[in-house]
Amino acid sequence: MAVLSDEIIVSTNKQTVRHRTSPLFDQGFRSASYGSALIVLAVLAGIIGTMVYGGWPAFQEFGFGFITSSIWNVGADQYGAWVAITGTLTSALIALVIGVPISIGIAIFLTQLCPPWLRRPVSTTIELLAAVPSIIYGMWGLFVFAPLFANYVQIPLTTLVEGIPILGTVLYARVPSGVGMMTAGIILAIMIIPFIASITRDILDQIPTVLRESAYGIGCTTWEVVRYVLLPQAGVSIIGAIMLGLGRALGETMAVTFVIGNANRLSLSLFDPSSTIASRIANEFNEAAGMQMNALLALGCILFVVTFIVLALARLLIARMKTH
Amino acid sequence: MSTIALNTSSAIGNAAAADAGAPVRIAVRNLNFYYGDFRSLKDISLDFYDRQVTALIGPSGCGKSTLLRTFNRIYSLYPEQRADGEILLDGQNILSPSIDVNELRARVGMVFQKPTPFPMSIYDNIAFGIKLYERLSKAELDGRVEEALRKAALWDEVKDKLRQSGMGLSGGQQQRLCIARTIAQRPEVILLDEPTSALDPISTGKIEELIEQLRSEFTIVIVTHNMQQAARISQFTAFMYLGELVEFGPTTKMFMNPSKKQTQDYITGRFG
Amino acid sequence: MDTAVYDQAATAAPAPWGRVRRSRHLADRVLRIVCTLFTLLGAFVLGWILLMLVVEGIGGLSPEVFTETTPGPGTQGGGIANAIVGSLILTVLGIVIATPIGVLAGTYLAEYGKDSPLATIIRFVNDILLAAPSILIGLFVYILMVQPMGGYSGWAGGVALAIIAIPVIVRSTEDMLRLVPGSLREAGAALGAPMSKVIVKISWKAARAGMVTGVILATARIAGETAPLLFTALNNTFWFSPNLMGGVSNLPVTIYQFALAPYPNWRELAWAGALIITLSILALSIVARLLLKKDKVR
Repeated sequence: MAVLSDEIIVSTNKQTVRHRTSPLFDQGFRSASYGSALIVLAVLAGIIGTMVYGGWPAFQEFGFGFITSSIWNVGADQYGAWVAITGTLTSALIALVIGVPISIGIAIFLTQLCPPWLRRPVSTTIELLAAVPSIIYGMWGLFVFAPLFANYVQIPLTTLVEGIPILGTVLYARVPSGVGMMTAGIILAIMIIPFIASITRDILDQIPTVLRESAYGIGCTTWEVVRYVLLPQAGVSIIGAIMLGLGRALGETMAVTFVIGNANRLSLSLFDPSSTIASRIANEFNEAAGMQMNALLALGCILFVVTFIVLALARLLIARMKTH
Repeated sequence: MSTIALNTSSAIGNAAAADAGAPVRIAVRNLNFYYGDFRSLKDISLDFYDRQVTALIGPSGCGKSTLLRTFNRIYSLYPEQRADGEILLDGQNILSPSIDVNELRARVGMVFQKPTPFPMSIYDNIAFGIKLYERLSKAELDGRVEEALRKAALWDEVKDKLRQSGMGLSGGQQQRLCIARTIAQRPEVILLDEPTSALDPISTGKIEELIEQLRSEFTIVIVTHNMQQAARISQFTAFMYLGELVEFGPTTKMFMNPSKKQTQDYITGRFG
Repeated sequence: MDTAVYDQAATAAPAPWGRVRRSRHLADRVLRIVCTLFTLLGAFVLGWILLMLVVEGIGGLSPEVFTETTPGPGTQGGGIANAIVGSLILTVLGIVIATPIGVLAGTYLAEYGKDSPLATIIRFVNDILLAAPSILIGLFVYILMVQPMGGYSGWAGGVALAIIAIPVIVRSTEDMLRLVPGSLREAGAALGAPMSKVIVKISWKAARAGMVTGVILATARIAGETAPLLFTALNNTFWFSPNLMGGVSNLPVTIYQFALAPYPNWRELAWAGALIITLSILALSIVARLLLKKDKVR
């Protein structure tokens, strides 16, 4: 009992001396916990507030045209978000197209195919990929991956598709330097793989063993068990995991800034430089003033709204699984 | 003899008599089973007769479920588990590496403790297993699904909602769906691993009735904790203890006049 | 006994073996090979990145790296001592701010709020902040602190990092406290201990290893963050002022600026910095995992 003493009270019953915690401490502790929890809400409110407040002048000046215009001209003080928005969406989409099958494949390997002794080391390796700072991915992408990509993919592909309609535009590199939208998408894919893979692994692990056994029990092969029983059973939660990866890809900054080429022009080729909302903010914010700063904050506002929706959906979908 | 023994003896009256003249469907010879280094089945040799229900009984951990799980090699999902010896299904050793385990599992169906409907419609739950091994026209497939559901005594309850998810059924219905799914593949043997332990008494009664009927067509092996159940539905009983087969014989004899003291003690509830 | 119906249907001769279509085995084999390859690819990329860092970084890893300050444009040699120290200070500052807030907020969710509407909302918001773009947090702190204070500062950088760390700590604290069995709490309450004492002396104690792991993982997370520092602590090529006002040099932003610079000595320092920071973060992550594993074994 002595451990609990903050204050000694001699009770009316003379023989016992009670050590009691001050009710003040109890109340204080509770309030501190409550207050800290409210800080979490305050931070979110603060982010929304600053973006809306800072971006408001830009929305007011350019109206709806801010979103649809692809002109971003600092000299003329004209700003439109279209290039950055499409860049953000396209790079994230490429990341999903490449990253999702690989992530699910890794999760299947870890839960269905991997021998037990190998599981932990492989899991840890994949999770460590998530711990590598994004700037390191940027350096790897720019200095290691981009030259290889230029030499072995862009140049051969560009000569191959030249003159072919559509493909000749989408896969044509005017300057095959290796940087551009496609490279950004690939680097993003690598960065979101650990997140999607480890959540999918956890989801597959939650499926009762007996369901898996009964699927094998009617003579299914592993492919059939995975394709027709486990994945449908995991269902929407895997979509939640994918959305979570999408949320990360949309907002990733440093790696993309390194490899996307930071162009302000709209291009139909996936091999051309482009920019995303995050990379544009990273590049311009420190030198920005006046309307340019407002426009960048407005970009931030758009990014926030999109990621908020994506992440909120992700949470709702994953949560539904847990309550089952 | 205690009252329990009297109860079981009256229950035996309901079950069909053992037919020891029936051909042997599964012959187990010198079977050993290992979880890693632990030997959990010791030198088991045992015959299972065609179109008879054989019950495996014994206290928890005696190896009865382990034995059941060797018949369709479901244990081989876990690399640390292995078996040696012979299990002859119609004379063919199914432990041999040349056996295609997927096909084996279509021949030796299994129903688990908990109902496990697949995440698909009631119809597809049954059609799925058939389509794995047979290419049938839509009409043939419909017929097979109906046949399986009728045999599992589920048809009348689900015929109007075949396209609904199997997850929406009650526990007892789900378990009958799993039985229907198994028999739809026309297996030779059906393994039942405590199929009623998660069910209420009424559902249990329906499943027992069903097993009784399925016996005319399939060889059935059932693991059960419930002595009464073993007495009610089986023709043969094997009593296992600590990984060994203690005694095997016609159910009537096992319950009325066991030759080993251990069997008698277990059946009368003195241990286990 | 009513089995007559089925008697005619009694089993015919068993179907022949070999009914498994080859396409099924093929699909299965493809799945196995593809999944294994994907996993190898993931491990390969991690290995490749580490190899790149070692190959490029080890050459520049001289003693000067740790003793000299970052060189100006066009000069020779130099180190990144100021950036290393600055990064340490910013990271510690961020964690010192974030830990009490994160732990208390996590405690609120697990012990007080539980499934109340407010706790549910906070949990949801926390999960969103956990994955929110870190550059937006930089913008937020810029408007919140840098603008009113009239300039970049280490304090702003610390706050930005803290905001990133808080959700990580909240989440791990709550998860770990929820693992503490309710019976332990009841036993404490039965002794007459008030709620706060039960939490501090029993719940926190039982969940200690997991909570420490959460803090270490949060440290690993913020140590390599670049984007939120760009607009808050910025950078500095000299020793920063002890009151942390003005730009505070730090590794991530130094790496960012030096890696893209035209000077060979800058690039070399960027690689050395990248090696140092990555190894530190991976070491922290592995320590955190081992700590949790040890706790689980016990």
